[in-house]
Order: sequence, then C-alpha cells, then structure tokens
Amino acid sequence: MAPDTDIQQLEASALEGLDAASDIAALEEWRVAYLGRKGRLTGLLRGLASLSIEERRTVGRAANELKDRLEEAHEARRHAVEEARVEQVIVGERRDVTLPGPPLPRGRLHPITQTMRDIVASLSGMGFQVAEGPEIEWDRYNFEALRIPQDHPARDMWDTLWIDYEKDGRRPMLMRTHTSPNQIRVMEQREPPIRIIVPGKCYRFEATDATHEWMLTQVEGLAVDEGISLTDLKGTLAEFARQMFGRDRKVGFRCDYFPFVEPGMECRIDCFHCRGDGCRTCHQSGWIEILGAGMVHPEILANAGYDPERYTGFAFGMGVERIAMLRYGVDDIRHFYSNDLRFLRQF
Amino acid sequence: MRVPLRWLSEYVDLVLEPEELARRLTTAGVEVGEIITAGDWQNIVVGEVVKLDKHPNADRLTLPTVDIGGGERRQVVCGAPNIAVGQKIAYAAVGARLLDGHSGDAMVLRKAKIRGVESQGMVCSEKELGLGEAHEGILVLSPEAPVGAPLSEVLGDTVFDFDLTPNRPDLFSIIGIAREVAALTGQKVRDPSIQYEEKGPAVKGRAKVTVADPDLCPRYVGALIEGLKIGPSPDWMQERLTAAGLRPINNIVDITNYVMLEMGQPLHAFDYDRLAEHHIIVRRAEAGEKMELIDGSKHTFTNEMLLITDADRSVAVAGVMGGFDSEVTEDTTAVLLEAANFNGPNIRRTSNALKVRTDASTRFEKGLSQHLPPVAAARAIKLMVDHAGGKAATGVLDKNPGKAKEGRVTVTMERIVRVLGIELSTKRIREILTALGFGARWMPPDRFVVRVPYWRTDVSIADDVIEEIARIEGYDQLPTSQLRGQIPELVPQPRRDLRERVRDALVDAGMQEIITYSLTDLESLRKVLPKEELAAAPPLRVSNPLSRQWEYARTTLRHALLDTLASNLRGDQSLISLFEMARVYLPREDDLPNEVEMAFGVVSGREPDRWGRPTGEPANFYAAKSRLDHVFAALRITADYREATASAYLPGRTAEVFVGGVRVGLIGEVHPRVVESFDIGREVAMFEVDLDALLPHVSEIVHFQPVSAYPAVEEDLAIVVAKDVAAGRALELIRASKLVASASVFDVYSGDPIAAGKKSLAFAISYQAEGKTLSDADVAKERRRIVERLQRELGAELRA
Ligand SMILES: [Zn+2]
Repeated sequence: MAPDTDIQQLEASALEGLDAASDIAALEEWRVAYLGRKGRLTGLLRGLASLSIEERRTVGRAANELKDRLEEAHEARRHAVEEARVEQVIVGERRDVTLPGPPLPRGRLHPITQTMRDIVASLSGMGFQVAEGPEIEWDRYNFEALRIPQDHPARDMWDTLWIDYEKDGRRPMLMRTHTSPNQIRVMEQREPPIRIIVPGKCYRFEATDATHEWMLTQVEGLAVDEGISLTDLKGTLAEFARQMFGRDRKVGFRCDYFPFVEPGMECRIDCFHCRGDGCRTCHQSGWIEILGAGMVHPEILANAGYDPERYTGFAFGMGVERIAMLRYGVDDIRHFYSNDLRFLRQF
Repeated sequence: MRVPLRWLSEYVDLVLEPEELARRLTTAGVEVGEIITAGDWQNIVVGEVVKLDKHPNADRLTLPTVDIGGGERRQVVCGAPNIAVGQKIAYAAVGARLLDGHSGDAMVLRKAKIRGVESQGMVCSEKELGLGEAHEGILVLSPEAPVGAPLSEVLGDTVFDFDLTPNRPDLFSIIGIAREVAALTGQKVRDPSIQYEEKGPAVKGRAKVTVADPDLCPRYVGALIEGLKIGPSPDWMQERLTAAGLRPINNIVDITNYVMLEMGQPLHAFDYDRLAEHHIIVRRAEAGEKMELIDGSKHTFTNEMLLITDADRSVAVAGVMGGFDSEVTEDTTAVLLEAANFNGPNIRRTSNALKVRTDASTRFEKGLSQHLPPVAAARAIKLMVDHAGGKAATGVLDKNPGKAKEGRVTVTMERIVRVLGIELSTKRIREILTALGFGARWMPPDRFVVRVPYWRTDVSIADDVIEEIARIEGYDQLPTSQLRGQIPELVPQPRRDLRERVRDALVDAGMQEIITYSLTDLESLRKVLPKEELAAAPPLRVSNPLSRQWEYARTTLRHALLDTLASNLRGDQSLISLFEMARVYLPREDDLPNEVEMAFGVVSGREPDRWGRPTGEPANFYAAKSRLDHVFAALRITADYREATASAYLPGRTAEVFVGGVRVGLIGEVHPRVVESFDIGREVAMFEVDLDALLPHVSEIVHFQPVSAYPAVEEDLAIVVAKDVAAGRALELIRASKLVASASVFDVYSGDPIAAGKKSLAFAISYQAEGKTLSDADVAKERRRIVERLQRELGAELRA
C-alpha cells in the first residue's frame, strides 16, 4: 500500500473517531490511540524504515503535517466538548442555592467567657497583665490584709461561704468572696510598677434571684506606681467603659466605700433605656453602676512594703455577669449557670 | 435607714426637689436606695366629726356627720369604736383610691349602702391610707389640722430610704443626713435643743454606775428622770417614728427611739425602781449566765459578752437589747437612762452569736463616737421633761474611762495633688471642710491642719480628708487622664495561655462551653468517684452551705457534665457535645487545696447526616477521641492512648491518655450504670484532661522541619493479626522505620475471609528519604524489613 494512501486513510479514520468522542475520557482515549507513544501515527512512521530516503522524507513531512492537523483537531474538539459539558451543567445541573451545605460542627464559648475575654482584651491594651490566684483562700488575704478585720461591719458587704476547717478555734479558710485577695498576693511578690488584672470565680453566701448568684466571676484591676492619681483611675475606667459599651456612653463616678481604697468610688454608665432621664431599669437615677474602684489605701501599700508617700495606686473590680447582662440584655443572672443550650447557643 | 423629709427639714432647709437632692446625696456617697412618696392621696381631705348618730340597724355601726370644709357636710357609716365628736379625721370621698382595710389590696371607693343606710364616703383607718397596719380604729389627726385641707398637705411626706455604707455610723441618724445635705446645698444645720432644767435632787447617791470592763465600754452616761407619766407620745413624734418605720409604743420608749433616729446614739431606759440598789454594773458575763430579753427570747452568754446588770442580776445585753425584768411598764415613774459607748467588734460578735440584730447593735457595731452619749442623753432628758412630765435629776453619772482624743489630721497640698491628680484652691478646700463640720486651719506655706468633728469616727488620715473634699466637689468635676509611666515587665502566664488554647480548640472541634457550680453534693460525687477515693481524700466541705446541693468543693467535673447533658436532652438523638474548663480542689493537710486546672468534655447522640439530622452512628469512644485529638493537634503534641479502667467509665472502652510519658487524662464511654444514675437514656463518651500535668509538655514555639526535596512513595500495607492486637502497636513498629515519613490506619476488618479471632489492619505508608529519591528496590527492601518486624513482634501475616 502506498504511504500516501495510508496517511489519507489514517486521517479519515482519526477524524471520524474524533467526532465520535463526546466526552473528555473518550477524547483522551482517542489521543492515546492516534497520537500516543504507541499510537497509530507513530506506528505509521515506524513503517517508513522500508522506504527510500526520498520517499521517507516526503511521507515523513506528510505524517508530521498530519500530526499537527490531528493535534489541532483534537484541541478544537476538546474545547467543544468542554464547552458542551459546561453548557450541560449550566442548563441541566443547577444547584438549588437555597439548600444548606452539609452541617459542620459549631462550638461556642460560654457568654461569660466571651465577656471576660473582651474585658481582658480591653485592659490588656492599657498594659494590664493577667495574674490569677486561688479560689479557696485564707481569711488573711480575703479580708484581713484588705483592712477588713474580724468582726468588722464591712464583712456584711461580702457574705461568706466558709470552709469547714478549724485552726486555733477559728475558721481561716473560705471560698474567696472577691478577686481582691490576689492584689495582696501580687504586691507581696512584686515591686512597682504594677499593672495587673485578676479574673476569676468568686463565691458568696447569698440567696439567688434575678440579679444575684452565689457563684460569680470577677475581674479585679490594680495599678501601683509613682504618680498615679484619681484622674488616671477615672481616665482608665472611662476608656474601658467606652470600649465595652460604646464610644458614645456617658461615664460617671460617685463616691462609694470599700475598706481597701481611699477615696472610693463607683463607676457608672448612662442608662441604656432612658439615656439618663431616669426609668425603672436604673431606679430613676439615670445611671447604671458597672464597677467599684478607688485609690489603694496607703495602709495596704505600706503593708506590702511600698513607701506610700512615694507610690500611689488604684484598684477596681467588676462582676463579669453584670457586664454580660448589660451588654446582651440578659434579664436574669441565673441563666448563665443553668447551662440551657437554648440560652448558650444564642451567644 | 428611712429618713422622712418633713423630719429632716427641721434641721436643714431643703432647697432642692427630692429627686435632685437624692441624686446629689447618692453621688456624694450617701446612697438613696429608694424614694418613697407616702400619701399620694386624691379625694381625701381633713374632716371634723360634728355629729354622731346611731345606726338604726346595727349596734356596732355609727353614723358620723363630717364637716369637710366649704360649708359641706357628709354623713357616712362608720364601724370604728374610737370615733368621737370633735375629732379631726381623714375623710375619703367617693372615687378616692384606698387600700382595703382587711386584704390590703388597692381599691377605689364607691357609693354604697351599709345595712340600709347610704354612706357618703368614709372615715379612714391608718391601714386604708397605707400609713401603717392599724385598722381597729380610725386615724385621728392633730386638732390643728385645717378642715377641708387635702390630707396629703397634712400627712403626706417623702421618705428617703438610704443604703448606707458601714464606715459612716454618723449617717445612721437624721442629723447626720442633715449635715450632708447642708454641705451639699450650702445650707446651715440647726442642731436640736438639748437644754432642760434640772429640777430634781442630785443623781449622786441615788444611782450608781460601775464600769468593770472599760475595754468594752469606754463611756457610760447614766441619767435619772423621775415623776414620769407613761402614756402615748405626742402625735408629731408618733407620726415621725411611723414614717421612719418604727412602731410607737409609749412616750419613754418612743423618746429613746426618737433620739436614736435623730442623733444615731442608741439609748436604753431602765425602770429605776426595778434596779436593785439603783446600781448599774457594766461587766463581762460569766460563762453560762442566762437572761430573758424584752422580745421574750432567752439566751445563754459566754464570758466574751458584755452585760448590763444591777446589784442582783443582769438587766440588758450591752448594746444589743434590754432585759425583760427591767423594762419600762405602765407603772414606771422613774427611769435610769443609759447613753453609752460600747466596743463595736465586741457588740457585733455578741449580736451575731445570739442571732439578735437590733437598731442599737447595728449602730454600735460600726463604732460610734465616745463624745455622743452625753449629747444624746441631754436631748432625751429634755424630751422626757417636755413630753412625759419628767423631772430631771441634777447632774448625770458619766463614766469615761476610755477617753478618746479629738482627731487632728495634717493634709498637705502636695498630697492632695498626688492623690486627686489636680490642685484645688485653699479657699474651696476650707469651704468644703467647714461645711462638713471639720475645722480647717491653713498652715503656710503648704498644709491644712484639720480638726475632725467628733461624729466622724471614720476619718483618721490625710487621704480620708481628701476623699471628703473630692466627694463634695464631685468626682465628675475632676478631669480624667491616662496612665503614663513604664509598662511593667511581662510576667508569662503559661497556665492561662494553655487553658485558653485548649478552650479555643474545643470550640473549634464543635463543642459548646458550659460553666457549672464549683460546689456540689456528696451524692453526685459518689456517682462518679470510687468510694475508697472519696474516703481517702474527702473533698473540702463548706460549713455554711446555701443548700445541701452546694456543700462540697468538687474534685471532679464528671457529674457536672453529665447533669448538664441530662438537663439538655430534648427527647431526640441530636448530637450534644459539651465541655467545661474549671478547677478541681484537691485537699491538702493544713493548707489551701491544690487547685488543678481541668478540661472535661462529653459527647452523646448521633452524628448528623448531610441534612443535619441525627441519623448517623451514635457518638462513642472514637467521637470523644477525635475531639480530644483535635485539641492535641492544635497544641502540636501527640498523645498515647493506653487501655485502662477507671471509675464511671466502661471497661474495655476506656483509655488513659499519656503525653510525653506522663498520664494527663482519661477518655472512654461512660459506664451504663452511671449513665442510668443521671437519667440519661443514651450512650455517652467523656474525656478529662489535667492541664497542669499537660503544661510541661506544651511548647509555644514551633521548630521548623525542612521539607524533603525528594518525592515520597505512597504504599498500602495490609496485615492479619490476632484480634486483641492494638493497631497503635503496629503503627509504632511501622513508624520505627527511618524511611517511613508517615503512616496511618485506614481500615480494620474482621470476618470472612479472615480467620476467626483475627482481624485485618490496613495502613497507608509514605516512604521518603532525606537525601535521595527512593528507588522501587529501596522501598521493597524497607517493606520487607517492616513486615518481618511485624511478624516477629505481633505474629502478623501479610494479607494476601
Ligand atoms: Zn433608666
């Protein structure tokens, strides 16, 4: 058979085969069959060995031209098949975009953890570092070192759960009623400048109702250095309150009493409901209290071995549940620790 | 502390509206907790009974005719026994809002016929007006009350209910509040009169006071008043006491209460004739001594409690409550009045121990001024002379063994700036201090010497005075500034960092965080801990638990997770996965407990299908493990799981978790008996990790490993081993090969055609060398070596 005829026949059958290939897999099969290393075109070229040099050159050129043509035809066909495939998807295999994807597990942090993190983040930005302490404490740290001696009427401010452990006729161990004892622990160990926050659980001997829980979470702050004054305390708390509750909040301060600070104060924000006009939420005051604070009592600085003439400091403490209630509009503190998933999954 | 504003206005002019005044007081630290408007009455006026007829159909009822002013008269039906012609009474017209005399519910007065006679309105009792509890008779007004005037003008009042702080005992008095009001509004205080005539003979020789324990009683003033006529106290006094929340009793008791409210000094009146030898002795009780108090309660005392006694017997618990035997009665004609100062902490201890808290003890415990008793005594004597027919003896008995010095404090301008952060003018400082009753003497060039008024027992150092200045000036008036200075060196918090990373990883694994109570009951612990463990290391107990439910400091969280799971089951199979990060409290001998940071998790229910419906496999051991391994992966550590047994967990489906050769936790399916005891009707898998044990094995810092430049060869390998051979053991042997870059199990199979008692394990192995491209021959050689090792160590056969 003449090589020319062979080439023509090969071309005809190849193009026919190409037309019949209607998907990518068939096209690939076709490519291997005709253009592959062991394909028919290669076979044809291998058969040239018996021809004269002159014939070989002619047929070789024709074969190479055929290869180019077939590759081109293959490319065009592949393009057409792909286009048709996409067209098929677009027209016939639409996704119902309203259907959900398969579910991925979704976990959430407890709202108190979320609020705590926001509080810590805000204060960290002002240079306060976390310092944690024990939840079961000595009376000495929880009360006495904070200027709340035995039989002091201020003890009524912190009704206490006492651990059943007696030593020298007294009960010296308790569930800490606030995070303030860690102020003392830190001051015992470090020298000024000090800027810490103490997050953690506290406990009170208190009947529960919509605004009271016996287990609560607090964040305590303490800054001690040369030159710290009440205006710094005000500035720090005002900035904190605005970061937590919005830049347009009004922040106010009133005098209050805590044995371990002097002067003492309470920090308030304007009522969410009435914006300061007075309503039931704010007991007609226009204000909602968010935390207690004050300048560290000089006696406490002196007891820590600091010179109270040289160093001053401020301390503040807040209930995380209260902050969370205000931010999320939660009306009953008991939601937090009843752990109903219908509640928790909202946050 | 309830302060009626009418009463308050006797000592200071009230120039502000009540709401504004309350706001100013609160801001200055004197918190008004509630503003109570007593007597917001409509259609109720002062009437005069001008005629009293009998009711034709009922013996107990009368038909008073009431003059209501403007020439108008009304005839009403009345059931009160105390009604009489000439009385000024509260007349309510039809339409008035009242409280029902019996039920106390709010009601509107309607036209009514009572036993056939129409009542044109009514005459009101205290209870109907919301003024008190009395309903047996009508409220009789002062004879001076103008007929026709709205009752609110005559009786209406605003009462401030203060939430006071324990450092200010001086504010537990109307005069104390008046001083604050005066300082805040620029007014002057009018002190009540303490002037009286001493018409009786000298007290000396007719009564005697002995203070045996001056450490607990630094001052005792005794005064004798004779010729008393016991009876009701004057109307105005009764009205004020009622408005302040006290019940009027008789003129003597009322006067002692009145002066206590007015000046803050508790007083006690003993029946002079019932005091043996007219001798008052203040001494510690003998242990076991007993007494019956005015309220009828009987008590036994310890020798740390202070008693007031006469020559024979005890007559009062000092500063707490009087005794039954020496109480003022209708027959009393002379009293020995006590105005004393007692040691605050001691009174508090006694009152707590006896569980008797009174208006007196709550004042004494806060530490009253030693200068107050003579002033308050004089005030009470004056009132007894004026309103109880009393004759004051000449002189008083004043034992003052603990004489307190007048307080003086030096305050430098430098300190004011240091604490407050700003300078205030000396003029303004002096103005504030003077208004509060302090003496302020300027000592050039830079300081004040401040004399502290006797009632301010809370002020003793410069910063106390500075607070006075700041709170009256108003904290809101001070500027704000930001912290300057050096930010302290960072103190690493690895424990906290680890906890927060684990928390995030658990959330990332799809788990919901919960927070449960740290205290629990023994029953809950018994369900999940072995008896021996509880017996060997009993958890710490709270001595005054709020409830039996919250009595023990927990040493595990197993019960808490299971309880929370149980309470959230909604009758379907939905997957619930919960975790909690909290401390457990492991008791230590004579020390605070070891508070160990733990992470606990539970998984239960069926995995969701493509549509989120709980139709998949029930969550088991592996569901818990994938979550826990997710945490370890986040921490970039590898854990070993070794089969183990543990209480509350199901044997054969439980493992101990090791990291770096140290046991850090437990994981497993919860024992069906435990599941049952928590009323959970489905399988539960649980894990627990001791973060403190884990901490040393966690590194924040990742060490980079170079990525091999040579290609890996991936191969599968299937072997057949005895059923009890752990896949992990085979993996260990495979991974021991140097050329194995990674290996994992991808199939476990038993059943046909695998022989009984055997299983097939399939592994995906990736071979890779550091320095060259592995040839087929290299891989084949290494595979042979691995298979030999598996055969030798585990009796494994290559699966055909
Ligand atoms: Zn409001």
